[in-house]
Amino acid sequence: MNILTYIESRGGKIRPAGYEALSLGRELADASGGKSFGLLIGNGVEGLADDVKKYGLDKLVIIEHPELEGYSPEGYREAVLAAVSDTGAEVVLLAASAMGRDLAPTIAARLDAALLPDCVEAGIDDGKLTVTRSVYAGRCMMAISAVSMPVVLSIRPKAFTVKETDENAVEISKVSLDLEGKIRAKLLKTVVEASGKLDVAEADVIVAGGRGIKEAENFKLVEELASVLGGAVGASRAVVDNDWRPHSEQIGQTGKVVSPTLYIAAGISGAIQHMAGMRTSKVIVAINKDPEAPIFKSADYGIVGDAMEVLPALIEAVK
Amino acid sequence: MNIAVLVKLVPDSQAVVKIGEDRRYISTADLNFVLNPYDEYAVEEALKIKEKEGGEVTVFSFGDDSAQKALRTALAMGAGSAVHVKSEGGSDMLGTAKSLASVLKDRGFDFVIAGKVAIDDDCGAIGPMVAELMDIPHVTAVHSLEIADGKLTAKRDIEGGVEVFESSLPVLITAEKGLNDPRYATLKGIMMSKKKKIEVVEAESFGSKTEVIKMTYPPSRPPGRVIGEGAEAVPELVKLLKEEAKVL
Repeated sequence: MNILTYIESRGGKIRPAGYEALSLGRELADASGGKSFGLLIGNGVEGLADDVKKYGLDKLVIIEHPELEGYSPEGYREAVLAAVSDTGAEVVLLAASAMGRDLAPTIAARLDAALLPDCVEAGIDDGKLTVTRSVYAGRCMMAISAVSMPVVLSIRPKAFTVKETDENAVEISKVSLDLEGKIRAKLLKTVVEASGKLDVAEADVIVAGGRGIKEAENFKLVEELASVLGGAVGASRAVVDNDWRPHSEQIGQTGKVVSPTLYIAAGISGAIQHMAGMRTSKVIVAINKDPEAPIFKSADYGIVGDAMEVLPALIEAVK
Repeated sequence: MNIAVLVKLVPDSQAVVKIGEDRRYISTADLNFVLNPYDEYAVEEALKIKEKEGGEVTVFSFGDDSAQKALRTALAMGAGSAVHVKSEGGSDMLGTAKSLASVLKDRGFDFVIAGKVAIDDDCGAIGPMVAELMDIPHVTAVHSLEIADGKLTAKRDIEGGVEVFESSLPVLITAEKGLNDPRYATLKGIMMSKKKKIEVVEAESFGSKTEVIKMTYPPSRPPGRVIGEGAEAVPELVKLLKEEAKVL
C-alpha cells in the first residue's frame, strides 16, 4: 500500500504527533510492500523539509498557499486531495489531533474512503489494514479492518512511537492549489494560551485535581506541582462542572483521554468515567482522604490523606 | 432559521459495558440507553437559536427503531419535529453519513448541528462527513458561537489554544461541552412529545467499508497499592517514583 502521511505543523514547527504518524507511515509501507509519502501544508513550510529527512520518505509533497497559513477544513481538504492525486496514495495517514479529528472524516467523505479514526494500534493483517481503537471511552478495544481502498487512518497522539531511519535525500514535489471560492469556513484567528502551557493530551506528566481540592483557588497547588514536574494540569468532571477549571483540562469520558508516563490524581475519587480517560497512564499516583475511593484500586501508589496537606509536601520533596 | 439536529441513542455514561457472545459487539441486554450527552448540547443550541431568531428545529436519527427514543427525548426538550432515518442493517460511519445526508439535502436547512462525538463509538465523524456530502462548510467541537448578519462566528479548542472561525450559512457545527447548559424536559414537554408523530424515512443502504474483527477488554492494571497516610508518606512516594517506577 502506498501511504501518504500528512505531517501536521503549526507556527513553523512540526507537531510531535506528526513524527509519530511519519514513523507509522514508513512501517505500514514496508509491511505492505508500498511507498511512504509525506505531505506538508501551510504557508512558508518548505523549510520543514529538513526536519523529515530521517523518516525514510520516498517523496515529500509540499503545498503552500497564503490561505493555508492557518487550518480550515476546506482548504486543507483540497490540499490533501491534491496530494493524493499527485502521489496515487491509497492510504491517507494523519494524527487524530484537534485538526486531524476534523480533517480525517472530511477527507474520507470526499475520497469515498473507509475511515479508521483515532487508532492506538495499526498493522497489515492478511493483506488488510487492521487497527485497534478504543470505544465506550476506553472500556473496550475494537479491532477493525478496512475492506476496501482507499483508507483514511488517524492515530491517537502518543499511542505510537517515533522511529527514525538513516537520513536520506528526499525527492520534493511542489503542488500548487487554486483555492478561489473554496474556503467558506475561514479561520479568523488563533488565540494561543500563555506560552509554554502544555495541553493535557500531549503532556508526559499530568497532575489532576478533583473535588478534594475543595475550591478553585486551591488549584494553585496543583499548578505548582505540575510546574515543578514539567507537566500539565488536569481536572475531573466535577471541578469543570463547578467552573473551577476550563473544559480543555477535563479528563475522562466527556473530556480528554490521556496516557502520560505519570498521572497524579489529587482529590479524585475515580468514577468510571474518569478512569476511562486515564487508565492507560504508565504510573498512577492517587491522593485521597477516603481509603475506600475506587481510584486506589488502580493506583500504583496511593496515599490516604487530604490532598491539601499532601500536595505541599510533595511539591517540596520534588523541588 | 431552519435548523436540523443529528442525534444518536447511546448507553449512558455510567454503563458497565460487557462484550457480547459474538465477541464483536457489546451485549446491550442490561444497558440503559440515553440521548448522547453531546447531542444534548446540540439540541439545546438549536432551541436557543430558534428562540432568538425564530424558525424550526427538526431532529434526525439514523438506525433501528430504538433511535426513536433519542428523538422523543429531543422532542421533549422542545424540538418541533423528528425524522427517523430507518435502517435495520449495519452501516459504517460513511454509510450512516450518506443515509443522513440524502434525507437532509433537499430540506433547505440553514444550520445543521450534531454532537462532537458519540460516547459509544468515539468517532466524531458523522458531522463533518454529512457536511461534505451536503457540500456545506463545517466547524467541529464548537464551544461558543454567535450568528449575526447571516454569518456564523464559532470558537473551538485546539492543543494549547482556541481557533475562531467565520462561516457563511448554511453551515454544520458539532457541539462541544461548554457550548450551553442543556435544559431538562418539562413534564409538559414530555406529554407533548408523546403526541408528536415521528416521520419515518427508509434509509437508502450504502453498506460498509470497514469490518469489525473482534472486541476485547483493555489489559487490566495491576492491583492498587496504598503506601501510607498523609504528608508523612511523601518521602516514600518520591523514593518509589524515582527508584522503582523510574519516572522522576
